[in-house]
Amino acid sequence: MADVQTLRELGDRIVAALPDQVEEPAVGHGALTISTRPDGILRVLKYLRDDKECALEQLTDICGVDHPGREPRFDVVYHLLSVSRNQRVRVKVGVGEGDLVPSATGLYSAAGWFERETWDLFGIYFSDHPDLRRILTDYGFEGHPLRKDFPLTGFVELRYDDEQKRVVYEPVKLVQEFRRFDFLSPWEGTQYVLPGDEKATKS
Amino acid sequence: MGVSGDRTVELPGRVLPPGPDQDATLKLVNDEMADRGFVVAKLDKLINWARTGSLWPLTFGLACCGVEFMHMIAARYDIDRLGMVPRASPRQSDVIIVAGTLCNKMAPPFRRVYDQMPEPRYVISMGSCANGGGYYHYSYSVVRGCDRVVPVDVYVPGCPPTAEALLYGIMQLQKKIRRVGTIER
Repeated sequence: MADVQTLRELGDRIVAALPDQVEEPAVGHGALTISTRPDGILRVLKYLRDDKECALEQLTDICGVDHPGREPRFDVVYHLLSVSRNQRVRVKVGVGEGDLVPSATGLYSAAGWFERETWDLFGIYFSDHPDLRRILTDYGFEGHPLRKDFPLTGFVELRYDDEQKRVVYEPVKLVQEFRRFDFLSPWEGTQYVLPGDEKATKS
Repeated sequence: MGVSGDRTVELPGRVLPPGPDQDATLKLVNDEMADRGFVVAKLDKLINWARTGSLWPLTFGLACCGVEFMHMIAARYDIDRLGMVPRASPRQSDVIIVAGTLCNKMAPPFRRVYDQMPEPRYVISMGSCANGGGYYHYSYSVVRGCDRVVPVDVYVPGCPPTAEALLYGIMQLQKKIRRVGTIER
């Protein structure tokens, strides 16, 4: 893995080459992180892939991040790996709800399914994608489950109907509501005092 | 069943553990075979013996339970000694072991696979997820128990159940087949 100094120099080099596209190079978790805007993402990715010093041949992942209440609401994060130079770069793009991101399928063929997944789970649209449809969730699924405003239990549940002889969808009906347990792990230093424990600490 | 002749081999109707009882019964059957060339037995007992002795499971591993299922198939627990051979086709299998989380997207194919199995067919629900959704009970994409989709004969608890636990579940299913086994199910 490339050390911090190498990644910093790489970040300076990228900023120098694309000064109006790339912002805030930062190094963390063994990778360089840069930010850009949706309209410049293809130029940045092409530079990162074709530049001799970057040589990021492989697109490891594309994922989304939902920041409710922030403008723009979403981040699309491209994870790039250079096999020849053993270094990793993350590219972050801020995307508002309903905004279009140019598809990276022309540069990395791996982007096809990753973009489908990002669209499926976050509802971020990619323009010029050859086949932008759901990839993980059920056929006919409604909503984008990794958005923070998507309810945990969803909207439909399913059972086999013996009269219709097929699996039918129905609105969710829970016997018991979801309960959130926030007990801290007793091995990691609890903040609360168990009943009876206050006597032990007094003495 | 009618009884031909004056002698009938009275089989105990249950599995005998290795020991003097088993030896005596086997000797009785052997003597009968040597003497007359055939053995008279009750047909329903014979059918139950055949059903319990060759429960071919469908390989239906959906998640981590599938790994324990594989352990049970493999050399250490070796379900082949129970006459169980994992099959890749529902049309050749007698029991479907739902090993893992049943997702909404998987439920219609799962029901279809179940419908393709010939009668008599049995279902073993393996692990918390298949029993009642388990860890994913409140998820938007998981069926809260595979009994919402198919009738289940045996539930094996655990997350995942060990290979021994699943083997025990299979023995419970065999017991159930012996108890309620009829020619027409």
